[in-house]
This record gives sequence, C-alpha cells and structure tokens, in this order.
Amino acid sequence: MKKQKHSEAALNSQLIRRPIQKLFPIFLLPTFVAFCIGFLWPFLHGIYLSFCKFTITSNAKWIGIDNYVKALQDAGFMHAFWYTALVALTSLVIINLLAFAVAYALTRGIKGSNVFRGVFFMPNLIGGIVLGYIWSTIFDGFLSHYNTSIVLNSTYGYWGLMIMLCWQQIGYMMIIYIAGLQSVSEDMLEAAQIDGANGWHSLWHITIPTVMPSITICTFLSLTNGFKLFDQNLVLTGGQPFNFQPDGTIIRSTEMLALNIYNTFYLNSKSRGVGQAKAVLFFILVAVIAIAQLRATHSKEVQQ
Amino acid sequence: MKKLFALVLAVAMLLSMVTVASAAEGKVYYLNFKPEADEAWQALTKTYTEQTGVEVKVVTAASGTYSETLTAEMDKGANAPTLFQCGNQAGVDTWADFLLDLNGTEFANELTTSDFNLYGENGELLCVGYCYEAFGIITNKALLEKAGYTVADITNFESLKKVAEDIHARKDELGFDAFSSAGLDGSSSWRFSGHLANMPLYYEFRDNGVTSQPATITGAYMDGFKNIWDLYINNSSVEPSQLASATGDQSLAEFGEGKAAFYQNGTWEYANLTGKYGMKAEDLVMLSIYIGVEGEENAALPCGTENCWAVNSQASEADQKATLDFLKWVVTSEEGTTMMAEQFGPIPFKAAKASSNVFFNDANKYIADGKYVVSWAFNYTPNVDTWRAGVVAAMTQYSAGTGSWDDVVTAFVQGWATQYALQ
Repeated sequence: MKKQKHSEAALNSQLIRRPIQKLFPIFLLPTFVAFCIGFLWPFLHGIYLSFCKFTITSNAKWIGIDNYVKALQDAGFMHAFWYTALVALTSLVIINLLAFAVAYALTRGIKGSNVFRGVFFMPNLIGGIVLGYIWSTIFDGFLSHYNTSIVLNSTYGYWGLMIMLCWQQIGYMMIIYIAGLQSVSEDMLEAAQIDGANGWHSLWHITIPTVMPSITICTFLSLTNGFKLFDQNLVLTGGQPFNFQPDGTIIRSTEMLALNIYNTFYLNSKSRGVGQAKAVLFFILVAVIAIAQLRATHSKEVQQ
Repeated sequence: MKKLFALVLAVAMLLSMVTVASAAEGKVYYLNFKPEADEAWQALTKTYTEQTGVEVKVVTAASGTYSETLTAEMDKGANAPTLFQCGNQAGVDTWADFLLDLNGTEFANELTTSDFNLYGENGELLCVGYCYEAFGIITNKALLEKAGYTVADITNFESLKKVAEDIHARKDELGFDAFSSAGLDGSSSWRFSGHLANMPLYYEFRDNGVTSQPATITGAYMDGFKNIWDLYINNSSVEPSQLASATGDQSLAEFGEGKAAFYQNGTWEYANLTGKYGMKAEDLVMLSIYIGVEGEENAALPCGTENCWAVNSQASEADQKATLDFLKWVVTSEEGTTMMAEQFGPIPFKAAKASSNVFFNDANKYIADGKYVVSWAFNYTPNVDTWRAGVVAAMTQYSAGTGSWDDVVTAFVQGWATQYALQ
C-alpha cells in the first residue's frame, strides 16, 4: 500500500508529468495511426463508394443516390432486415438469460466451477466458419434421420442458428457476468439476509442492480453480435431455403443483413455500389440501436 | 518481458510500413482458378524463375471464391494480378476495363483454334481459352458388363433409363447402384446447375439460333431436365432427401470405389479416378448426357471451357510484357506443355503434347463419328453464381419432396430474366 502511494506521488511530480504531457502525441500516435488506417479511412471511403459505380474500389465513378434507391427497393434486403432483427432480439434474450443463470450458478461455490467456466468459455475460441461447419454436420446428421436437412426448412435454419449462437456466446457473456457477480458486496447480501430478504429479493434488489454494468455490456455485445452476424449465417444455411417470387426474384429466407450485403456486393460489377449503400445503411442502423440501448441500460446502473 | 514485447511490436509496425520496392523488371502474378492444379503451377513457375530470373507469383483462390478473391486482389494497384481467369460472359462484363486485347501477341499466335476464346464487341481478343473440357456421364464399363450391358446399349435417354433402372432394381444382387449421389452441397452443385442445366439451355439455344446472351429463356426443354434429374436421384444409393448435404467428394468416392456405375462429371476428374482411386483407364468411358430430345443419339460430349486467361490491361507495361512472355513459354516450352497436358489434357496450342486422358479420346471419337458437339451454352448465364444458387436451392427442395418442380422452372426461367435485368 505504501509503495503504491509512493509511486503515485512520483507520477504526480511535475518533473515527470511535464515531459509526459508534452510528449503525449508520440504515445498517442501509433494507436491514432492504426485507428485512421484501420477504421476512419475505410469508413469514409466506404461512404464515398456507396455513391459510386465500381468494379474495384480504385476505379469508382460517382453516380449519386441511385444505389440507395435500389437498396431500399430490394425486397430481399427488407426481408433480411426483419429476419436479422428477429434473430438479434431472440438471441439477446436467450443468451443473456442463460449466461446470467450459468454465471449465477457458477459463483455459488459449486465444486469444480473453474472447470465448468473453462468448458463453457471454450466454444467462443472457435471461429464462426468452423463452428458453422461443425454444427451443420451435427444438425444434418440428426435431421437426416427424419429425411430433411437444415437448408430445407427456414424454421430449422432459424433455431439451428439460435442454438449455435447460444453455444458460442453464452460462455463469453458468462465470464463478464461472473466478473460482475464477484463484485457484489457480501456485506450487503448479509445485511439483506439479516433483514429477512429471501434469495429472490436479494437477487432482484441487490445483485442485479450491482451487476447492471455487466448487463449493459453483455446486452450491447449480444445485440450488435446478432446484427453483425455473418460467417455462421453463411456456412450454416447460406440463406437457404429460397423463396421464389413469381417475377423470378429470390428471397433467401434465412439470410441476414450482413450476408445480404455480401451477396449483393458480389452479384456483379453494377451491384457493388448497391451493396456498399446497404452497408452504410446497415452501419447507421447498428449505430442507432447500439447507442439507444447503451443509453437505456446506462441509466439503470448504480454506482457503489 | 514487457520491454521485449513493446520492442517486437514496434519493429513489426515499422516493418509493415516499409513497402517492398517493386522491381524495375516486369513481374508476373497469376491468380489461379483451379485448386487441383496449384501444385503443378507452383512447380512450373519455379522452373521458369530459375531459367529466366523473372519473378512469377501464383496464388490460388480457395474453391468457389475466385470472384471474391479476384475483386480483392485487383484492388492492389501495382501488386494486382497481371494474369487472371475470366471464362464467361459475366466475367467479361465485370472485368471489361481490365482485359488487354491479346490480338497479335506472340502468345496468341500460338493458338490453333479460336473456338474457346472470348471476344469483345469489336473483335478484341479478351480471353484466351487455354484448355478445353468435356463433361458427360462417366461410366464404369466393367460394372456395366457385370450387369449384362455394354456401352453400345446406351444411345439415348430411353436406353439410359432402362439400364439405370434395371441396375438400381438389382443393386443388392450386383453390389453397386446406377448413379453416384447427385449431391447438392456447394462443393459440387455446379455439376447440375451448370453442366446438367447446359442440356436444356443448349437445345433451346440451338432451336432459336441464339448466339449471344439472351435476355430471356423459354425453358422449352425443362421436361428433359426433369427426366434426367429424376433418373439421377431415384436410381442412386443415396436417398433424394439427403442430397442437400451430400458432397462432391462423396459422389466421387462412390464411383471411384465401384459402388456406382455412372457419375456425371468432366474430363478433369480423370487424374483423380485413375490416381487416387486406381481405376483402370480401359474401364472408363464418358457418355453424352441424354435428356429425351429427338435425335440425341447423335449428340457428342458437351465440349467447351471456362478456363480462359486474361491479362490485366491496367498492369504496368513491363508486367504485361513479362506476363505475355511467361504465357508464351507455358504453351511452347517442354516443361510448360508437359505440365499443361498432365493437368489440363489437350490444349489448343501448336506445341501441345498428347494427353493420356481417355475422356478426351471419347470426346474426339464422337466428333470423328460425325456427331454434333453440344456447346457450353451455360457460359451465357447472367450473374452466374446467383442464378445457379437459385436453381440449386429449388432443386434441393424438389429432391427432398418439400418443393415442387414448378419452383425449379421458376428459378431457371424467370431467374434468368431477373438476373439479366440486374446485370
């Protein structure tokens, strides 16, 4: 303790702080450069491209808002939007409920809870593509006994995706909840117990308000994960089964937004801009939802 | 430890900033389309570099992702591919700004035929077909004889159906089935949405005299398409409902291991069948695909190619020259022609070496017998990947019994018009 104070004092000394303050751009530079290269520039360039017709990004021709008009007229895009919203919301609820329940159980001091934590977390270490292949084999292995397949029925596709998402993400969210649960003050729980609160009371009135920051993070993560989902969707069903409209257009019944954008982008050289416009709309959508949700849950957090 | 880590990071960052200075000499970057030929290309280019000192890079796109990989690679400016694959109308439309006119180049002068090339509106030679392929129903003659038939018994759809249904009915007694599984998994669904679909397309285009990409198709021969598809899926050891997830490897294995007498695929499978599965060349023969069209006894094998080279017109002149020199070497040198014959069979160049692939002999025999060549009509498909995906999805539903044939027709006919309008 004493040593820490000592070093804090040393850091606060003018002699050390001055040069650090002066040199802050140097410390900031690498991250800032990476941010510009990896995010800011592609993002701005992407917005520009959404107004262009292009085959590759370096030969773009400005064509105005045509791409946006086409994107919004696309029935497949609208279907993908609603389907994505449904997947994101369902997965948000299921993943968080289960992750919290598992975390709660594993902080009760069960024997071997560290092993369980490790086991539950592990699926998260596998990449989405590999996971998709593994699960499509599992699902098809099971469904083939009933002479069907996950690509033949959109209901199977939907719940298959849900099972896979839960399996992959519950462990990750669980770790965040465990961290939150461990910070719940024992004193408070004990005081509540003495005052006659039962398990539900202390869960509702003490534990959940205290872990609200974790809930904020987890709901934020699972909601944006749900919206941005791509590789699992691509591999598990690839949008199948398709619904054929009388005019020959195809609505891919299990296609989510990111996959729809990808498919549009690679359709042909004229559709790249449309795909790009969809991607910009997609960004705005995810940003708005994430900010709104962050605000809503932030207000419920309590400071200890 | 932390210091070391920071040092490593700093060095890594610095290194990534230093761009490799490009050589003044031209260099070649080939974005290869065929994963199965990757090893051969790597070895060949190594020889070329040893002989001439010219740097040749070969990168192979993962199976089924060529257009995505090409799109990303083309964006690399001076490091973009100088040589790439562009094998159909859709490719030419997409990459129109990147196709160098190859007319009059030394490499193009080595060609023996222009049948497999793709030309621009004003006769520019945009893509050079560097090999040709044929597909059909690969047949195991030994198994056919075991069932009491010979290849000569099969001359049209009726006779194919009779033989296949008889073999299927006696499969337990014979120990093998008629057709290998018609798997609709992405690994080989192109066998049906591309190659098999070529049959109704070819006959329709033949009747209507179509010679360029049509805006709409009528689906006049869709009944024939249904005939052959029903025959495939009902006379195979795999239940039609399981085809959604059945793979190309599985189908190849069934045929290779002698569990099926017929296997629809192309000349390119020869090496796999004789190599990996140790089949005897004399047991293998390729039959044309019959769908119940009048006069189809006279159909030769569907011959054509999607394997065309295009040179990047936006590459530097030095790189273009290096690429053309490399191509000329590939189709004229001892090493190059040997490799091409081994990997691609007969190639349409003056110095071509003979190929041991018996399927090409079959293809040539049909032509020598005066039969009509079924051209690759599917090369006109608009937005080919999307169109095919729709057809495969509908065929999957139909085969599983959860969709109707009408959907296949919709995906096929209306799907064509829709994709044409979108391109």
